[in-house]
This record gives sequence, structure tokens and C-alpha cells, in this order.
Amino acid sequence: MKIAIIQFGGSNCDLDVYKALNTLGVTPQLVWYKETLGDFDGVVIPGGFSYGDYLRAGAIAARTEIMQSVREMASDGKPVLGICNGAQILSESQLVPGTFTLNEYPKFVCKWVRLRKISTCLFVKHVQELIDIPIAHKEGRYVAPPEQLQELYENEQIVFKYVDAAGSTTLAANPNGSIDNIAGIANLDKNVLAMMPHPERASDRLLGSTDGRAIFQSMIEYIAAL
Amino acid sequence: MLFRAEVTVRLKSGILDPEATTIRKALQHLGYDCHSIKQAAVYELEFRADSSDNAIDLATKMSQQLLANPIIHDYEIKLINGKAGS
Repeated sequence: MKIAIIQFGGSNCDLDVYKALNTLGVTPQLVWYKETLGDFDGVVIPGGFSYGDYLRAGAIAARTEIMQSVREMASDGKPVLGICNGAQILSESQLVPGTFTLNEYPKFVCKWVRLRKISTCLFVKHVQELIDIPIAHKEGRYVAPPEQLQELYENEQIVFKYVDAAGSTTLAANPNGSIDNIAGIANLDKNVLAMMPHPERASDRLLGSTDGRAIFQSMIEYIAAL
Repeated sequence: MLFRAEVTVRLKSGILDPEATTIRKALQHLGYDCHSIKQAAVYELEFRADSSDNAIDLATKMSQQLLANPIIHDYEIKLINGKAGS
């Protein structure tokens, strides 16, 4: 099984994702963005601060050549997972609808949140209804025009929402002002997932939660079954 | 021919701008009765083009492809003059 982890200048969760995948028996390949993305079964774009978040978070990385290869993988139906800055890169690449912008309270927010799984896709097959997972971002407020939001519901593209301890999508549970508490969004074909929370940071008991591991496990299992 | 263009990128109306809100509150703290404030980014570009039309066309492409995010931004292009630096 060949899973690539793309490294941009400023990526800083690449090795955490590597470890999370490795623990599940996969040896992923770290691919520097200037290299050619070879033949892979799936790809993860990890978190960090590519290009120092200049212009807009993810904007410059989204226009690199390697993202053209990611686009091709996405249209071939292969799993593409973007986490945090990776999610911002996917939205700036228009591989998922909408965009992530400055938090409603405009500061970096780093804390544990609870998510509810809203719809199914290959990445969440083994994910429980409610999971605990950390966020760490300043530009995580999900924005989509109202007519597009309607389509996202109709097409079941909203994968995760921020919820409170009881599992309700309350205003207080929304850490960044995302529309409808949206934390993760998929493309129409459901093989591209962009999520602001960090599953790799919830993949080991020592980290406080293993809830995020199920996302990688689901991705691996999907690829193995192909 | 060298051209100079000014591209102004601002949030579409209705898109929340938390930074502007913070700045407005700071102005109010200073005693100014400021009800609304909008901020924008201005990019001054210098580049070669065959003609003014071509220059506007290129600036439009640069804006669409990178400078603005069409989901949240509007942009405005102003050609400053035919010769950059003059």
C-alpha cells in the first residue's frame, strides 16, 4: 500500500501523520513538494504553516505543481485527506467546496473539541458518532455561500461538526465561527476530505485520545479493499 | 512595455471580517463614533504587457488565479499608467 504525505516548506504535522499511519502497519512515503508525486494509492496533506500562511492560509501551496498531481489523484477516485493547513490547501485548490478563513474571534485557538460524524465517507467508516480531537488554527472558520451550503446538505458532504459534551451543535461548541459548526467537508465524490481538527494528534493513548486513529484506519482499509 | 496595476482585494459584502470588527471597537474605545469599517489588501503589480488591454487581462488572471479567493473576495483592478516607475 502506497500512501504519500506531502511536505511543503512550513508543514509541521507530517511526521505525526507518518507515525499515526505507521502504527497501523503502513509505511507512508514523505514527498517534498518539488518532487514528482509518483503512483500512490492515497495522499495526506498534513498541517502546518505552508509558505508562512502568506496571502491566505494554504493559498500558495494550492498553486504548486504537486497539487496538480493531487487533483489527478482526486479525480481518479483515490483518497485525499487534508488536515488543518492541508484542509486549507484543499479548499484553496477548490478540491472541496467553500473555504476556511480567519476565526470569528481572530486569534489562534488550540484546544480539544468534540465532533459529531454527520455523514459517511470512506474516511469515517470506523469513526464513532462522537469523537474527541484537538484543533490548532487561526484560519478555521468555514465559509460557504448559502446556496452552496444547501447543496452540501443535500449531497451529504458535511462530514464533521463541532458539538458540545452532550453532542449538540451549540454556539458555545463552535470554536471558530464556522457556518453551522462545520469542521470537515468532503467533495461530491466523497474521496476528498478536508478537516480542521487533527486526527494524528488523537492517535495514541499517551496523547489523550485515540479517536482520530479510526480516520487513518478507515482510509487504509478502503485502499486495502481496492 | 512595463505596466503598473493596483489590485484591491476586499471581502464580499456579508462576509464577516473579525479583524475589522476589532479595529472598529478600538476606534470606539478612542471615542470615535465609528459604525462600520472595511479593510482591503492593495497589491501594486509591475509587469510587462503588449497593451493596456493585455495588461488588464493579465492583472485579471493574476487576481483570479491567486490574489483573490472568489468564494469570499471581490477585486478591483486599476491600471496606474503605461510606464512603471515614472
